Amino acid sequence: MINKKFKKILKNGTVLSLLMLSLVGCGKSDKVTELQGAGATFPYPLYSKMFDAYHKEFGPKINYQSIGSGGGIRQLKNKTVDFGASDAFMSNKALKESGNNILHIPICLGAVAILYNLPGVSQLKLTPDVLAGIFLGNISKWNDSSIQQINPGVKLPDLRIVSVHRSDGSGTTFIFTDYLSKISKPWLDKVGRGKSINWPDGLGGKGNAGVAGIVQQTPGAIGYIGHIYAVQNKMAVASLRNKSGKYIEPSLEAVAKAANTTIPNDTRASITDTSAKYGYPISGFTWILSYKEQNFNSRSIKQAQETKKLLEWMIGDGQRFAEPLLYAPLTPSVVKKAQKIIESITYSGKAL
Amino acid sequence: MKTRKPIALVEVKEFLFKKLLLLSGLTAIALLVGLFFTLLFKSSLSIHKTGFSFLYQSTWDPVKEVFGAFPFLLGTMITSLLALIISIPFSFGLSIFLGEYLKEGIGRSILNGTLDLLAGIPSIIYGFWGLFVLVPVIRNFESSIGVTAHGVGILSSSIVLALMIIPYSASISREVISLVPSDLKEAALSLGATPFEVIIKVILPYAKSGIFAGVLMSFGRAISETMAVTMLIGNSNKIPTSVFSPANTLASVLANEFAEASEAVYLSSLIELALILFFVTAIFSFLGRLIIKKWMVAQ
Repeated sequence: MINKKFKKILKNGTVLSLLMLSLVGCGKSDKVTELQGAGATFPYPLYSKMFDAYHKEFGPKINYQSIGSGGGIRQLKNKTVDFGASDAFMSNKALKESGNNILHIPICLGAVAILYNLPGVSQLKLTPDVLAGIFLGNISKWNDSSIQQINPGVKLPDLRIVSVHRSDGSGTTFIFTDYLSKISKPWLDKVGRGKSINWPDGLGGKGNAGVAGIVQQTPGAIGYIGHIYAVQNKMAVASLRNKSGKYIEPSLEAVAKAANTTIPNDTRASITDTSAKYGYPISGFTWILSYKEQNFNSRSIKQAQETKKLLEWMIGDGQRFAEPLLYAPLTPSVVKKAQKIIESITYSGKAL
Repeated sequence: MKTRKPIALVEVKEFLFKKLLLLSGLTAIALLVGLFFTLLFKSSLSIHKTGFSFLYQSTWDPVKEVFGAFPFLLGTMITSLLALIISIPFSFGLSIFLGEYLKEGIGRSILNGTLDLLAGIPSIIYGFWGLFVLVPVIRNFESSIGVTAHGVGILSSSIVLALMIIPYSASISREVISLVPSDLKEAALSLGATPFEVIIKVILPYAKSGIFAGVLMSFGRAISETMAVTMLIGNSNKIPTSVFSPANTLASVLANEFAEASEAVYLSSLIELALILFFVTAIFSFLGRLIIKKWMVAQ
């Protein structure tokens, strides 16, 4: 009896291991027509649409895991993926640590919207100083004179302000705190910029949905969320005074326009607090990260070529998928810079 | 001669079977040890840099790379203990009701099925329910007693945690209570004890170690519960000042920050949080075993 069972188990085990072996075999033989990417969650809806279209048009299958920008950078450093993706550009120090070999290719733009919950108030204007004051915890009531001053004619309630932020590490937080660090000296000194920071005040919600949930439930709350999320859920958002003194509500045009400013050739730049006249001030790029020297981890030249071709398509034809999904596409001048960067990709030191 | 060969074969089989069992036992130990050393190894950078102050420092600032886990350690202990205190009367009442009063019939099957189902509901659903149903209620309560009305915070997450662990401790205690020999109960009844006296004087003393084991298991679950707590606790890295304050727990910080952490020290500090969580869970499990053993001996 036991003998029989044992044999059966052995038999099943053999079949199983053979099956697994054959699966592993499959994975290897198809390597060239498959690219691996990992990183930011913010552009994931766009990337999955782009990669699906690319697969149908050109063949190569692209697996993208939206594990977060930090995870994408880690995987790229470990050389387990063909490309990474991030909402925050790598610092000079981080680039140096990885051998100055990583390129940043901008793909599209996103923005951060300011969401609020004020019963009876349907339009709200904010200045940079007031926004920083609120998130620092220095302005604690909605009928504070500094808010009333910029909103003449709006009856602001005598409510306590509850600021709400993202509790999870996020590119959205990076763009938002990068903006606050630029416009407020106290913020820069006390808090600084990052994907996770030490918040001086307020509540944390997980993800856009968590922040939106708390804000919508709490009278007097104010929070920041991804612009796309606000549009999809038809939420009222505040207009913000930009550098040229114009109050701008976030929109695809206003976000795209934010990139009309001087950008360095490696595109590693923050465009928050843009000097563009009609640009929305809390906007930023999202990047694909790739190695300049593509011959790593015994990758074939074919794989390097496929990677380059994909990147060229993403900043070219692929851009048509951005707007329907509410991402702001790259402006022509940025596309030119991105093309230059992609051209600099090499394989064993030779241009591809 | 004929009988010898099969015996040898049986012996070989027995031998192999025993080794196989031993192997599965060793695998479990290897897994635990491997997990521990992975956490230790990966957090060595942070341990080296911050040392013991990691445990009592109260600032967690990834930008300035200052890492102290004290607020999270405190948040974890407070929410779990509060959840346990809230849950004990309910789970206890349920288990006595099921173990002693409702011994058969359709009512019992319905109640049992409900408990099993409650235990199996994914924690994110508890989280959503908490966020959209419980939090507004708590917020109204808070504004009526005059504290800052956040809604989310320690109290909300402890109540939801309590709901999540009740099915666990109740079903374990139920099993233990139904194992109390009926001789003992009948003897007590025949001596004129009321059903209440039977519960207090016979069942409880007999089943207390098992009930305690159930409580401890649910405490372990409360400590490591992540999703629902993350949604309800308000995620503030400050030291909480009251049960209404927003706070943070070890598990929810990990869930929140791990995906986006790319700097080496930051990542290592997060893994050290996991190591602390590992230790806290291990300590409570060890203490529980010790107490159960003591009580068993006393019997």
